Amino acid sequence: MAPLLDVDSLAVTLPGPRGPLPILHDVSLTVDEGELVGIAGESGCGKSLTAQTLLGLLPPGATVSGSARFAGTDLLGLDQRGWQRVRGAGIAMVFQDPTAALHPMLTIGRQLTEHMRVHLRMDRRAANRRAVELLDQVRIPDPERALRSYPHQFSGGMRQRAAIAIALAARPRLLIADEPTTALDVTVQAGILALLDRLRAETGLAVAFITHDLGVLSALTTRGYVFYAGRVVETGPTGELLTAPTHPYTAALLGARPHGTQAVGTLRPIPGGPPAPGQAPPGCPFQPRCGYAEPACGTSPPPLTPAGEHRSVACVVRPHLEVAAR
Amino acid sequence: MTTVHDGEPGAVTTTASRPRPRRAHPLLVFLAKRLTITAGLLLGVTVVTFALVNVVPGDPVTANLSDQALNDPATVAAFREKWGLDQPLWAQYFQYLGNLLTGDLGISQQTGRSVLDDLVRYVPATMELAIPTMVLALLIGTGIGMLAAVRNGRFTDQLVRVGALLGLSTPPFWLSLVVLYVFFYKLGLAPSGGRLSTAFSPPPTVTGMYTVDAALAGQWDVAWDAAQHLVLPVLVLTSLTVALLVRFVRSAMLEVLQQDYIRAAYAKGLPARVVLRRHLLRAGLVPVVTVSGLAFASLLSGTVLVESIFGWPGLGQYAYRSATALDLPSILGVSLFVALVYTLVNLTVDLLYGLIDPRIRLS
Repeated sequence: MAPLLDVDSLAVTLPGPRGPLPILHDVSLTVDEGELVGIAGESGCGKSLTAQTLLGLLPPGATVSGSARFAGTDLLGLDQRGWQRVRGAGIAMVFQDPTAALHPMLTIGRQLTEHMRVHLRMDRRAANRRAVELLDQVRIPDPERALRSYPHQFSGGMRQRAAIAIALAARPRLLIADEPTTALDVTVQAGILALLDRLRAETGLAVAFITHDLGVLSALTTRGYVFYAGRVVETGPTGELLTAPTHPYTAALLGARPHGTQAVGTLRPIPGGPPAPGQAPPGCPFQPRCGYAEPACGTSPPPLTPAGEHRSVACVVRPHLEVAAR
Repeated sequence: MTTVHDGEPGAVTTTASRPRPRRAHPLLVFLAKRLTITAGLLLGVTVVTFALVNVVPGDPVTANLSDQALNDPATVAAFREKWGLDQPLWAQYFQYLGNLLTGDLGISQQTGRSVLDDLVRYVPATMELAIPTMVLALLIGTGIGMLAAVRNGRFTDQLVRVGALLGLSTPPFWLSLVVLYVFFYKLGLAPSGGRLSTAFSPPPTVTGMYTVDAALAGQWDVAWDAAQHLVLPVLVLTSLTVALLVRFVRSAMLEVLQQDYIRAAYAKGLPARVVLRRHLLRAGLVPVVTVSGLAFASLLSGTVLVESIFGWPGLGQYAYRSATALDLPSILGVSLFVALVYTLVNLTVDLLYGLIDPRIRLS
């Protein structure tokens, strides 16, 4: 069966002060129906831009090449009307900061029903009924009252639950969650993650979960993609990525992860920072920060090549890696 | 305001309801406070205006009497006595305050009528210009400003920005003259000035605005004529107000367009017009309301140059003539009216904030 979302060799450039800046290079990824897929990497690595590309929300002047097919539709060939049909009803999005992503001057009810009425052609009463069900589904107490509330009357976790309900309102098949727990307290995060997993199980929703926190992936996702400087550097089953990474960057990310099972004092920052767009070195983008770099790394960016069953890695050295302090 | 706490599934939180002492409605408290402040402000206005008029070099006697009358000490003394100018300043002031409390604003030295009558005569004329100007300017200014923001950096935006700059740097009197030259002299499309053609007499006074009064009296020909007289001054005032508003609307909307909730609205698959009308407009309106309030108050306070050129007997002209004649009662009357307009407009703006943005709603 063809995957629900099939992105192949996607490349995106954004307009910069001195000509177009390449942001995404040769990104390929798939999400199956009902699957929870993780996308991990440092901030600025292109995770969020990938999401924007898949919703047709790139800033003006951006150029896109490659292909992105969603449920048989070629996303990159869509016009405005086509995008309007896909957004919300095909692919929906949950943003990082629910406080910023909810309109402060419109009631939760309005924000929950307005696109239902467009996509599902519901009248006000039917939309309100479904809205109550949705709020119940995301475990917001007293849904009737919540409909009449404004976002500022909710706590952060409640806002994100409301935002998830809004994303689900028009019955999308794929939910892109862009760091949906980053702005929330740790205790609230777990509840949101459990909620997403339950929704996937109950409704067959596919979820692409974007995060900078590899730990979150392990709890939730079956497969993961690790992004670095606008490229996929490693992909495979989440469990294997976390226990036996084959790319030095994945291993370094695990070492730099602040919580988990590691002992106090073993936090290892990755030296340096990711290259700015347009300033990546000619070879492997991670090479300047990599402890295993060899002369071969400086020639051209290594392609993503198979490394065992269901796994691929973009590294020519493939050093033997020990997961730090686990 | 209650906050619904985040709870794990199953943990339903209930808000404890505690009996609270009955208090006055917050809106009433708010209004009472504002009215007290307004009263204090008006008192301050009388003090400052009184002092200023007596500090500026010049004498109401020389400003009002002819050279011949000035040579006659008896006439001068009579004038001083009639207007209370022979009294010490503090006595004059308290006399004025006492009269003010009974609603007596004094007699204008210029017109010989009571200042209150003068205001009732001139203010509606100015309102007749200010109200349509503000309505048009809000509609046009918001529309153009939003368009410029949405087309940020592109040709339409550049065009709007240059146009707004031109509008702001155009002197009102110059624009008035150009408009008169084109629409009256060259095209003959509109009358040159005044409120009504000489063929008509003013309609019976209800609001003092000729168009409204004529319509109320069913005198449609008079209403039509009065409306035609409004066109050119309203055109000039509107273009100036639009130029002012557009810049504010544009920058306010640009800021809102950066917000995640606008991207979220697009991500929901809403058509662009819904996103712009429902999500963008609402959020961008708060700063716009502030500027519009100031612009409206300024229009209501009279526009001297435009009123002069179009022979419009409004508050601006009245204020100008009173000031040049050092006509203290009239100057005080106008100052009080302007202060009242600004406080009322500000109060309305504050109430509108609450209507637009639930986060600053009083509760």
